[in-house]
Amino acid sequence: MHLLVCAGTGCHSSQSDLVYEMLRDEVQRKRLEGEVQIIRTGCFGFCEKGPIVKVLPDNTFYTQVKPSDAREIIDEHLIKGRRVERLLYLDPETEEHVLDSKHMGFYKKQLRIALRNCGTIDPENIDESIARNAYQALGKVITEYTPEETINLIKRSGLRGRGGAGFPTGLKWEIASRNDADQKYVVCNADEGDPGAFMDRSILEGDPHSVLEAMAICGYCIGATKGLIYIRAEYPLAIRRLKVAIAQAREYGLLGEQLFGSSFSFDISLKYGAGAFVCGEETALIHSMEGKRGEPANKPPFPAQSGYLGKPTNVNNVETLANIPVIILKGAEWFSSIGTEKSKGTKVFALAGKINNVGLIEVPMGITLREIIYEIGGGIKNNKKFKAVQTGGPSGGCLTEKHLDTPIDYESLTAAGSMMGSGGMIVLDEDDCMVSVAKFYLDFIVEESCGRCAPCRIGNKRLYETLEQICNGKGTAEDLEKLNNLSNVIKDTSLCGLGQTSPNPVLSTLNNFLEEYKEHVFDKKCRSGKCKNLLYYVIDDEDCVGCMACVRVCPVNAITGAKKLTHYIHQEKCIKCGACMEKCQFDAISLLNDYPRVTPAMVDA
Amino acid sequence: MMEKRTGIKTLADLKRIQEEVSRRIGLRDKAENPESLVQVKVAMATCGIASGAKEVMEYLVLELDKRGIDAVVTQTGCMGYCFAEPTVEITLPGREPMVFGDVNPKRADEIIERYIKNGELVDGIIPQNYNTIES
Repeated sequence: MHLLVCAGTGCHSSQSDLVYEMLRDEVQRKRLEGEVQIIRTGCFGFCEKGPIVKVLPDNTFYTQVKPSDAREIIDEHLIKGRRVERLLYLDPETEEHVLDSKHMGFYKKQLRIALRNCGTIDPENIDESIARNAYQALGKVITEYTPEETINLIKRSGLRGRGGAGFPTGLKWEIASRNDADQKYVVCNADEGDPGAFMDRSILEGDPHSVLEAMAICGYCIGATKGLIYIRAEYPLAIRRLKVAIAQAREYGLLGEQLFGSSFSFDISLKYGAGAFVCGEETALIHSMEGKRGEPANKPPFPAQSGYLGKPTNVNNVETLANIPVIILKGAEWFSSIGTEKSKGTKVFALAGKINNVGLIEVPMGITLREIIYEIGGGIKNNKKFKAVQTGGPSGGCLTEKHLDTPIDYESLTAAGSMMGSGGMIVLDEDDCMVSVAKFYLDFIVEESCGRCAPCRIGNKRLYETLEQICNGKGTAEDLEKLNNLSNVIKDTSLCGLGQTSPNPVLSTLNNFLEEYKEHVFDKKCRSGKCKNLLYYVIDDEDCVGCMACVRVCPVNAITGAKKLTHYIHQEKCIKCGACMEKCQFDAISLLNDYPRVTPAMVDA
Repeated sequence: MMEKRTGIKTLADLKRIQEEVSRRIGLRDKAENPESLVQVKVAMATCGIASGAKEVMEYLVLELDKRGIDAVVTQTGCMGYCFAEPTVEITLPGREPMVFGDVNPKRADEIIERYIKNGELVDGIIPQNYNTIES
């Protein structure tokens, strides 16, 4: 028999280590070591009801176990074979105790559709994919459905683009299918560029065939025979696995001429991107594939009318495509039964930042941020206080405490001043400075702006400079207003999606954390201590022995003092090099994040 | 692993191959196949490799062979548990798959000796915290 004790951070903070020890002691006392093993495990994803103890092989799932419950579990369950009822999970709907964790799948907040094969199959062996239904959907649409029927099925499913904007996928296909041309293209956008996002990379590395199959299905629907995957050269492993997958699919006759004995032919090749963020925008992406500069163009014409090499082109994101085969096999109604009214299905998120269970998750639309952070994510690292989640990358915004219980979908995130984006979720805690966070994203945008239109090229640079001034303690009240106005101008006048959304991190932090901006500007204070120039070196009167060591080491003569008298640091001269603090042997120098207003009575004796 | 195969021409062809490979890989019907091998999957996406999955995989391949254990070691994609990479999933014949986190060669040794040989669990199991479309 095995007792599994959750040692994830959430359960750990509610004394699961003590539960573990008590169980172990009790087992030793009863001399059961031979038959019972007690094991520490990772997070069960049910931190709300921790600490969790699971008994194998009967799958009993005890919740909120206290150290004092250990003896009862051993005596009753292990020795007498009777489950400890009061520790079983109480189903809130039926108000019955759940005996077997097999019946409590509902506690698992995650549902893997796009990630269905990731971490399950060998991505370099097509047989394993086929065993898990790969290419069945392609075979089905080619032999049983017309392109129109397939498009209608996708439309009915309610699937929307997972790259961030959320355009209905079926509609996109329909538009591309209606434009007649001698050649059309299906493009997979694998130019994942948001900082902290790795959903698409993981899908391509873990399950490349699902994307290849979906591209062929799209080709069948819109009448394209060629597929192109635009992938950044920074993803060498994903590229290698795609190449292997394409070669294997060709060998099996699942890509190439006359698929499934029909007249439909489809083949896929790769195009490499150099990793420019703007190339995730579909028109810029197409330019880059054509060998031109990766700059966006005005729409219309949309790629569905005139795209790659001037031909009708349908561009879909990796995750969008990974959903397609399942929708076809399991049906539009099944898919649209998951999620919210306007956002169907699931979304993959890359959880990063100050969260315990950093990782890749897939959750049904409509889940709340609280469930993601505190249950799946296991809460904030080191029990710090939650401050915000940055979603949607540099184009997105911050969601704060007041958004924790908002069901997540495309509309609700936009209404909250952020966006779905591609799915990067960076969790910030009380130690993060929101002005610095906004500055970080603007720095990224300035680097990645293609320079084509002035608002984005020049405006974002000015935004960045203003933020830098504020972080350096040189901000003014006008700066705050300027940030707001300039952001709105950039939003309204930029050419492409990158510029139109680039000020979002600024606007959203201004909206939610104006207090912090004001502190930087008026009090010259950074509450989290992240802005170096708003930290102050001060000498403690009581600890300073007057040894002159700091006076001598200060490179800018900012410290005055005489032997055996308390020294003093002149803040206006200090360049915050930290040399004095390093030199002091009496720990008399400390860093404050508030401007020291008390002037010592005696400075120069 | 993969057999040379050409020309899937019909959906029936595909289904036939699917049945054949499922049987061989035993992804579904482990329970009916008690004599099947120990299956070891190492999460080898960029995240896993960056935290040492390659060394672990090499170690497992080498050591399982040395210790005369009949096992298939394959690579797989990201299991999603980035906080506990490298991760390894082990399926003993007739039993539910078990995922072990933070595996290094030393832990791999423990897993081979205790779990694979004797069926004893060891610390650091990661419970499956998601539903799949099959469930």
